Amino acid sequence: MLCVNPLSIRGFPGMPTKTTTRIVGAPVPRKEGADKLLGRARYVDDIEREGMWFGATVRSTIPRGLIRSIEFDRSIDWNEFAVVTAADIPGENHIQLIVADQPCLADEQVNHCDEAILLIAHPDKHKVRAAVDAVRIEYDPLPPIFTIEESERQDQVILGADNLLKSFVLEKGDVDAAWKDAAHIVEGEYRTGAQEHLYIENNGVIAEWSAENGVTVWGSLQCPYYVHKTLIKVFDLPDDKVRVVQTETGGAFGGKEDYPSTLASHAALLAMKSGRPVKMVYDRMEDLAATTKRHPSRTRHRTALDKNGKLLAMEIDLATDGGAYSTLSSTVLSRATIHAPGPYVCPNVRVTAKAWATNTVPYGAFRGFGAPQSIFALERHMDEIAAAIGLDPIELRRRNFLHEGDTTATEQLMREPILLDQLLDRALRESDYYARREQFAKENATSLAKRGIGVATFFHGSGFTGSGERILNSLAGVDVMPDGTVRVLVSNTEFGQGTNTVLTQIAAEALGIDYDDIAMAAADTGVVPNSGPTVASRTVMVVGRLIERAGAQLLAMLREHAGLGATYTRDEFFAACERYRAQKGEPLSLVRYEPPPGIYWDDQRYHGEAYPCYAWAVHVAQVAVDTLTYSAEVEEFWSVQEVGRVLNPVLATGQIEGGIAQGIGYALYEKVVLQNGHMANNQMTNYIIPTAEDVPPIHVYFEQIPFSYGGYGAKGIGELPHDGPAPAIVNAIKDATGVSFHSIPLLPEDLFAVFVANQNVEEPAAP
Amino acid sequence: MSELWPTIRFTINGKSCAVQAPPMKRLLDVLREDLRLTGTKEGCGEGECGSCSVRLNGELVNSCLVPVLQAEGADLQTVEGLATNGVLHPLQKAFLEQGGAQCGICTPGMLMAAAQLIERNPHPSMAEIREGLAGNLCRCTGFMRIFESVIAAATQRDEAAAEKVADAR
Amino acid sequence: MRGNADAHELIAPGSLAGVLDVLAAAPGEWTPIAGGTELMVAFSAGRLNARKLVNLWGIPELRFIETTPERFIVGACSTFLDLRGHAGVAAELPLMTKSASWIGSIANQSRATLGGNLVNGSPAADSSPALLVYDAEIELISQRGRRRIPYSEFHTGYKRNAMAADELMLAIHLPRRFARHKQYLRKVGTRRAMAVSKVALAGTAWIEDGVVNEIRLAAASLAPFPARLYGAEAAVLRKELTAAVRRQAREALLAEVQPIDDIRSTAEYRKRVAANLLDEFLMELTTESEAR
Repeated sequence: MLCVNPLSIRGFPGMPTKTTTRIVGAPVPRKEGADKLLGRARYVDDIEREGMWFGATVRSTIPRGLIRSIEFDRSIDWNEFAVVTAADIPGENHIQLIVADQPCLADEQVNHCDEAILLIAHPDKHKVRAAVDAVRIEYDPLPPIFTIEESERQDQVILGADNLLKSFVLEKGDVDAAWKDAAHIVEGEYRTGAQEHLYIENNGVIAEWSAENGVTVWGSLQCPYYVHKTLIKVFDLPDDKVRVVQTETGGAFGGKEDYPSTLASHAALLAMKSGRPVKMVYDRMEDLAATTKRHPSRTRHRTALDKNGKLLAMEIDLATDGGAYSTLSSTVLSRATIHAPGPYVCPNVRVTAKAWATNTVPYGAFRGFGAPQSIFALERHMDEIAAAIGLDPIELRRRNFLHEGDTTATEQLMREPILLDQLLDRALRESDYYARREQFAKENATSLAKRGIGVATFFHGSGFTGSGERILNSLAGVDVMPDGTVRVLVSNTEFGQGTNTVLTQIAAEALGIDYDDIAMAAADTGVVPNSGPTVASRTVMVVGRLIERAGAQLLAMLREHAGLGATYTRDEFFAACERYRAQKGEPLSLVRYEPPPGIYWDDQRYHGEAYPCYAWAVHVAQVAVDTLTYSAEVEEFWSVQEVGRVLNPVLATGQIEGGIAQGIGYALYEKVVLQNGHMANNQMTNYIIPTAEDVPPIHVYFEQIPFSYGGYGAKGIGELPHDGPAPAIVNAIKDATGVSFHSIPLLPEDLFAVFVANQNVEEPAAP
Repeated sequence: MSELWPTIRFTINGKSCAVQAPPMKRLLDVLREDLRLTGTKEGCGEGECGSCSVRLNGELVNSCLVPVLQAEGADLQTVEGLATNGVLHPLQKAFLEQGGAQCGICTPGMLMAAAQLIERNPHPSMAEIREGLAGNLCRCTGFMRIFESVIAAATQRDEAAAEKVADAR
Repeated sequence: MRGNADAHELIAPGSLAGVLDVLAAAPGEWTPIAGGTELMVAFSAGRLNARKLVNLWGIPELRFIETTPERFIVGACSTFLDLRGHAGVAAELPLMTKSASWIGSIANQSRATLGGNLVNGSPAADSSPALLVYDAEIELISQRGRRRIPYSEFHTGYKRNAMAADELMLAIHLPRRFARHKQYLRKVGTRRAMAVSKVALAGTAWIEDGVVNEIRLAAASLAPFPARLYGAEAAVLRKELTAAVRRQAREALLAEVQPIDDIRSTAEYRKRVAANLLDEFLMELTTESEAR
């Protein structure tokens, strides 16, 4: 089952293709790969500090209520322990995200199960565990709400005046006027469940505090400057008295975007209270129960089409469950809103989107960031439309694809070529789609296993939404150390996706030196500038571009001040660096983000250039549904995508395959079971992700159109592959069984329940 | 308390060693805390994820489920013992070239499971590779690059063996 | 990691006699630990109640597979890898081999023992349905002597069994009379590997002249402990497997099982799937008898 991975680059007039790079585009080995393979890479739990204590958290056992009393069991000598409550916080008791409404430690009231109330540290990790169990908290319970419906009905008002965390309306054309001209109107409601990141390394940090130096935190995290932003407020310290250092990070997927701000604050508070370095590393049960998940969603579609199957109007009502605090719900909702109408042309669109508060652990960032929810609904709905109007689902999509010169739902003009038709052609060809469909239709009549094949076509906006990148105003660069090491200076982090490798490739390419000449500066706020968070598929496209520019700028500096020739050898480059150092000081080249020209975004009307560019993909899934056990398995998967220029084919393929495996889990295996707002299946035995035996052969193909404003032509890649598997799989299940499923995850019990409702299960078909 | 702990002796990566530890202490914790061999990772603490896989007397085990007393006299191998004299093990080389490691946290355990597999079965089929690695959860790669790595390592071993035979002639 | 090693005692007498001495001296006080794949999970989670443990791992008298003309005798501390690797068992009692391959992963199979699986007494135990349809016997030992009981009488309630406080499981006896029986075993979990069974069903049958002469059916996860399905057996015994008989068997099964809703599945799902699996086995038998 070898994955064929042919790369073809299409050149278009006026587009810089730069096909003659030396290092960019090559499958160079992962920068930190050898350390990881030799067991030398140091993750946070591998690090010890002199005199280090261990911290733990006392958490709420109820979903909502007032804290009446906190009692400390007398069997324990509390003098040995450092104990922190909200009263110990020197600055603001808030985590700094978009809206600072989430307390660092609950004070007076708790709003979800497993909310942190009190922190304990001790030199002996077993004693700290026993101490957690010896704290008794009495509550006056308040009635909780757990679902979108309970929140929108305002069964209880738990947040603000109406439980609403955020809302958006996106409007194009005149939806209300369109229905009367429609040949077909098709409606549908679709739901997606929560999903756990299940990075294999749990959240963890080590913190130190001193009166002179302030706070230093080392941790498993994505965004050092996010953590920094919270710590300066929690401790009321100036910028330079807080230092955040990322340690090797064992997976993140968005799960270490916002949560580490909370955990770092906790460990740092204990460090201040105890006067010792404090390590806090969650075990799996705590990580699952207490940290963020993907937002559950409900999407309602009402769609008008003309007699030829062309979209006339899309009315989309989108609701997400945000959990107890705002965290990132507004930006997740924003991306969900913009992706809801998908990669199709439609003259009249209205998306009404709302994020609702509930008494659950706040939902947060997770690969795809709202898009997988919206795309599941839309791509499922496209198949329902096709069935309703009697059109082939492939043909329906093809008739409505966006093309160059069209505008999206935000009326963003598509200025660059769009290869959707070619991607679809290739996906159908590689998967032998029509032949398989025909074959399965024949075999299913007499077989206990029903096979089917399904498709999803979609895009994913690369980088921050709208004005986001301009607001971030990222700064990044390269410098040359006295020992000749050339460093990439970014706050962007490596957590498996390949940041180190690809940014090193870009720097080496831009400077005309070797891959091994480049080192990544530590992701340490005391060392590197703020080049923005490592999220939103932005690192290679946006930050990579900064490094490409910083490299060109350094060469210009060396040419102007140190006599570097128009062409030069590696030795001449380093000699020029030394001359520069002697005359002007450290060779340092920093550049700031510059938006592509002609970009306009209206944050009020949700109108304009939502993203600098889009990555496009077609997924095809083949499933088998066992009619004896009601379980669905993916048997084979094809993914064809255009992500701009592919800078490292091995890493890029790995991103696609990994995203698809996670998407398969999202569709068929992964269910967060909440009991009274607490995750009841908070163990790996009971929260099921696909194993090596469950992930099917995945075939990955790239088409390439270099993006003029991305690092060496790259667009975003990391999140795209998580968007398509769920709808492609559920479409395939419909193809296999004839039954429409409208929600995920679809575990065998869920399939069974719908089959029962359809009275489809009495006697299995006799072979 | 610690003066009451027994001394437990075993061989690790070819070196004999002795630790004093409570007999119920998990082998994983002895490796990481007492011996500072932190290459072996903890992902779940319940034998589900395989991040703590090591080899004990030639068998693959989850070190989070082994009380150290049961390792008395054992021959242990961890990820730190795969490379010899600074030369990567064929599996390590293949993982590096084929993209078998991403975030790296499952990698040490995955390598031990893969080493166990190809030692017992030098030419595993795809089904055998999948079974051999099924106890090692990876959340990054979707496993495809890992399968490729194992195939590449098995092939590379064959080629190396063929060269040796050729040299001998 | 929530367990504290200092709070538990673990001793290793090193021999069967030594372990029996310990158990006899203070019956019920000591918990035997073999491969640790259950007890150490509880320990890590901070919910291992046993404070005193006695080690069985590495005692050769408990880890063996002996072949006699009538039976395979499997030492209680034989691992599932030991069992999978035994050619005689694989040839004659393939359901044992198959169920051994279901235990977790290779790293679990190298440690988990057949005796441990049974003493732990999970309703979902992977090896149990096969043992039940093979008429396995359990040999128990204490300082008072040895005794053998049918495995079908071993479990007496949820996580309860017929062992006395001073007894240890010595071996599992597997009669060698099923090689020519029609055999069936299927497990249903949420994923292919590393899955706790939501339903498992095993069967052995002997068909002669289209009539079911002998049948044993057993299931996991359908009752507080793994058990034979005597009702369903009775519905087909000495009958031809007509559609009507198959339907009666299905109804008998639905009437006798008592599955529950839990974190892993639902009672309704378990019942229906068990009935479907039974039907699958009976269909195979039908096809078999028609082919003759």
